Amino acid sequence: MAVDQSVNELFRPKAQKADGQIAQMRPSLTHFQQVTRKLVRNKLAMVGLTLIVLLIAMAIIGPHLVSYSYSDQSLLNANQEISSEHWFGTDELGRDMFSRTWYGAQISLIIGISAALIDLIIGVTVGGIAGYMAGRGKKGDRIDTIIMRLIEVLYGLPYLLVVIMLMVVMEPGIVTIIIALSATGWVGMARLVRGQILQLKNQEFIMAAQVLGAKFPRILLRHLIPNTIGVIIVNLTFTIPSAIFAESFLSFLGLGVQAPIASWGTMTNDALGVILTGDWWRLFFPALMISLTMFAFNVFGDGLQDALDPRIRE
Amino acid sequence: MSRYLLKRILMMVLTLWIIVTLTFSLMHMIPGDPFASESDQLPEQILLNLRAKYNLDEPLPMQYLLYLKSLVMLDLGPSIKSETRGVNDMIKDGFGSSALIGLQAIAVALFFGLLFGTIAALNRNTWIDYAAMVLAVLGIAVPSFIMAPLLINYLAIKWPLFPVATLTSWKHSVLPSLALAFGPLAIITRYMRTSMIDVMNQNYIRTAEAKGIPTFLIVVKHGIRNAILPIVTFMGPLIAGLLTGTFVVEKIFAVPGIGKYFVDGIFNRDYPVILGTTVFYSAILVLIIFLIDLAYMFIDPRIKLSSRGR
Amino acid sequence: MADHLLQVENLRVHFKTYGGEVQAVRGVTFHVDRGETLAVVGESGCGKSVTAQAIMGLIPNPPGRIVDGQIRFDGKVITGMSKKELLSVRGAEIGMVFQDPMTALNPTMKVGAQIVEGFVRTQQVSKEEARKKAMEMLRLVGIPDPEKRVDQYPHEFSGGMRQRVVIAIALANNPKLVIADEPTTALDVTIQAQILDLLRELQEKQQLSIVMITHDLGVVAEIAHRAVVMYAGIVVETGKVEDIFANPKHPYTWGLMRSLPRIDGVEKERLVPIEGTPPDLFHPPKGCPFAPRCQFAMEICEQQMPEASTFTEGHQAACWLHDPRAPKLEELVAAGRQT
Repeated sequence: MAVDQSVNELFRPKAQKADGQIAQMRPSLTHFQQVTRKLVRNKLAMVGLTLIVLLIAMAIIGPHLVSYSYSDQSLLNANQEISSEHWFGTDELGRDMFSRTWYGAQISLIIGISAALIDLIIGVTVGGIAGYMAGRGKKGDRIDTIIMRLIEVLYGLPYLLVVIMLMVVMEPGIVTIIIALSATGWVGMARLVRGQILQLKNQEFIMAAQVLGAKFPRILLRHLIPNTIGVIIVNLTFTIPSAIFAESFLSFLGLGVQAPIASWGTMTNDALGVILTGDWWRLFFPALMISLTMFAFNVFGDGLQDALDPRIRE
Repeated sequence: MSRYLLKRILMMVLTLWIIVTLTFSLMHMIPGDPFASESDQLPEQILLNLRAKYNLDEPLPMQYLLYLKSLVMLDLGPSIKSETRGVNDMIKDGFGSSALIGLQAIAVALFFGLLFGTIAALNRNTWIDYAAMVLAVLGIAVPSFIMAPLLINYLAIKWPLFPVATLTSWKHSVLPSLALAFGPLAIITRYMRTSMIDVMNQNYIRTAEAKGIPTFLIVVKHGIRNAILPIVTFMGPLIAGLLTGTFVVEKIFAVPGIGKYFVDGIFNRDYPVILGTTVFYSAILVLIIFLIDLAYMFIDPRIKLSSRGR
Repeated sequence: MADHLLQVENLRVHFKTYGGEVQAVRGVTFHVDRGETLAVVGESGCGKSVTAQAIMGLIPNPPGRIVDGQIRFDGKVITGMSKKELLSVRGAEIGMVFQDPMTALNPTMKVGAQIVEGFVRTQQVSKEEARKKAMEMLRLVGIPDPEKRVDQYPHEFSGGMRQRVVIAIALANNPKLVIADEPTTALDVTIQAQILDLLRELQEKQQLSIVMITHDLGVVAEIAHRAVVMYAGIVVETGKVEDIFANPKHPYTWGLMRSLPRIDGVEKERLVPIEGTPPDLFHPPKGCPFAPRCQFAMEICEQQMPEASTFTEGHQAACWLHDPRAPKLEELVAAGRQT
């Protein structure tokens, strides 16, 4: 070094740094880590998740915690208030409300989850095909247009009205409800997936992958699915509660599950007749469960949506 | 503009036709006919006469054409349980009550939803915001068929502020309207909050601030109008939900509206009534969605002249 | 001193974020005279836009707040003014032109109404007068056919035209000072030149002062009289544009110059990027923030912030190299370090 050594030590030039050391990197998190972190920090979403887990657990073990089945009648014990014997009281046929409530939870969750899954499968397939076909020559565009027309017409139909029609026509039962709910329920998911794929297709990283020679399955697996999975899951957390709501709505209209099977909707409907007599527990428990379920799925879905949205920072 | 309108009206007619065809075929997929349950009680000749009266003796395509024809003449068909009164009479009877409750509910939901949403957005992360969000979550979590008995229990029985059952005065319409408005109010509050937060972060709001416009005026002149745009786009599904909500609310409050006739029709398996009211509801809904689209074009200058796709 | 139109003194602005407090602006001092254009230059994140917001009284609080320092405008102290007092300064005395004309205009409001919104508030004029004023402003910023344009919506304007509208908004109230925050960054190159010409022309016509915030030295050369070079929330060099271009004194300014393409370059030069990234402003270094990226860094650079050294009148740079104790630059270059 040709620099004069007599100057103040502080003014000695520092050794030159290697290239790599210059950049001051902040620790970066993967996308998944960021999403989970944001989600876990969202207290309301965590309350929702806890409630969902509790609901599922109670739906499974709840009916076995008491010695009564959901359909055991005992007219001697009709309309009993809550007690150590009947934790949620009994109805006008002396059936144990605790057992019925959790049995109803099974029915609601089965219907909600199955309908949502069927929506998911049909919606993702149809929406995916439309999105993939769009912009692939004349034929592809035509397929996309036909699917979109169908979707538009179905989307224009009032959802619950169609479900009611189907239920009027078909034999009542759990399977029928699931079919009726999925018959038009998939449309929303299909629209969402198609829109998402169309949007992604035009983005530069997909084009870059195509230019680099990636085949479609690879693009689908590595780019399209990871980038759409977020909105799909969020949509799922909203279709489950709306299916549960639709089921209780139908049961409330007398179109849902048939006695002696219990569902929260039928229990609410049964309770209306006794609202004046002061048997509050008849309405309280099924109403609370419906509301808690709707609450839990909705706040969890909201939290997930926020966590997946890169624009929302903590 | 006129081309766009023509296209939209054609689409409306097409949608309605599909709904009519769909409901008609569904109703006729049911094995037997509406008089099946009475066939062992009624003499053969009367049954034949009844079938002839309701065109049930014609072949199915003929029945379909006859039904379409009567629809074009604005006749929504007969009722089986009530010999003298057709669906048209029921709608004439019930429309006033249903419309009163429905319109009041929409007005309340829109006014308070937009208000709460805006206030929450401007006071983000304060107790005001949290209170509005609790309200919104409750509104989404508690369905109208639970809200209605709660309102009856508290505001009609425990504290008899409002009368319920039937609809003989305006006061009778308050609780049903509230029960119906609660859900949409919550949804509008939520979306308005998000939309308003988004708008208030836009650059044109900064431009307005830099002009020296006071915050209140910025919110009113620049914020609300832009924030309402996305709300308008989902008013269609919201009103559809409100419409189906009238079924249960009218049933619970014993309001003599169309919804009550529809629900009674379902309970009695009165297929012509179900068919007729469904067609009526669909027509109303398609019309409302069309009007909303027109309103959207009116509010957003960017799509005034171009024919727009959804 | 008192006759500076704008005087920013030791301004410090912090932002509270989830990760801690960002010290976005860390003691910035500069001034603007009447009829003068001052360029504030630096890369993104150096605090130049935050400084502009502070002058407008538009630091969002929370999360941001002015921790220290004073901003004086036309004899009045802006920092510490109430919201209401600020309203009479904003728009009326200081106008602002924003970076992105595509989003700076309200899409659902007629252009004319947006231009005179502030004017109508302060002048209490009738609708007709307002409309006349809007058309006059459109004409002033060179938009043809103002009678028609005044009733159109922003989406009916091109990007360059929109930026003219944004400038019209900033000028509608005859302000003394216009702050232009990267007004040409979002525009095509040909449009950029038009907008700069317009600003310069308006300045001469209206005796405006302009604070031009930019990362583009081309813009500085084009329009500014003086420049302030910012890095990591502090001013590293300031002076007349001729001085800074002809005789830059701070290693960061050297870096900026080398990353600028030259058309007239005699020798075939490669564009040289400045290696590395600016420091983390959550924990700003106690020494010179540029030291980690500086070819000439000495021990002292990392330990102590350099004082500003003055070269010619108004030309200052804050760098230890200009300390008499520092080794001569030529020696360092001879030792293999490149300017």
